[in-house]
Amino acid sequence: MELLERFAAGDLDAFESLFRQYQREVYRWVMRIVRDPAAAEDLTVETFWRVHRAHAQFHADGNFAAWLRRIAINLALDHLRRARPLLELPEQIAAEEKPDAVVRQETRNKISRAFAELPPRLRVVVQLGLIEDESYQEIAESLGITPVAVKLRMFRGVRMLRTKLEKQGVRP
Amino acid sequence: MSDDDLRKDLSKHGPGKDEFEYLRETLRGAIAPLREFEKGTDLRRDLWPDMLRRLAQAPPIRVPWFDWALLGVAGAAAIFFPALIPVLLYQL
Repeated sequence: MELLERFAAGDLDAFESLFRQYQREVYRWVMRIVRDPAAAEDLTVETFWRVHRAHAQFHADGNFAAWLRRIAINLALDHLRRARPLLELPEQIAAEEKPDAVVRQETRNKISRAFAELPPRLRVVVQLGLIEDESYQEIAESLGITPVAVKLRMFRGVRMLRTKLEKQGVRP
Repeated sequence: MSDDDLRKDLSKHGPGKDEFEYLRETLRGAIAPLREFEKGTDLRRDLWPDMLRRLAQAPPIRVPWFDWALLGVAGAAAIFFPALIPVLLYQL
């Protein structure tokens, strides 16, 4: 019996094998969206818990990784929707302040606030595209949407961010 | 996303080249890319023990409100109309 068949039949050893095989990948997908190591760990476990709960619905000939990714990404986006917008990013995630940096602390806070106020589905696209420098195709694959949808969200996100920054007096 | 692609797209519909560069630099000035963060996106510990703890947690049993209401009605009927008890037992 193959691993996925055993998992679908409710075998805990098979589930453990899949967990160990995919936990790092799931953590990476989630971390790129939530940018919070503790939350990413919790969401990774929650992803696998849901997968385990729904094992009977999984067909052994299906794409396990795609199913897993869809659950993980949805959980990460739900987390962003539920979480209070972070006015200040966790210290280790925020950019290090350099003495000669053009952007001063006050401006950085305004930018962080404006960014955190973006709707989660736009924020994620802007984050992956502008900050992480990923391609439309990579973002589309990560979020399970089309590259065209990524492009549209990027435009809307950039436009909204620009408006918010202007309202806070941050202009080019 | 390549600079050229994004710049081309944004120049049509969004901010111009300078503004696009400004937004990108501004964002990166405030929020560091994860790859520059010491731990990046790598998982540093095995989460299987956490998973086992999660699996051990029994899911909370949720009783719908109408079940409670039905139980209340049946209890009240038994108290105020004890003669109904044999009828109810017969129906079971």
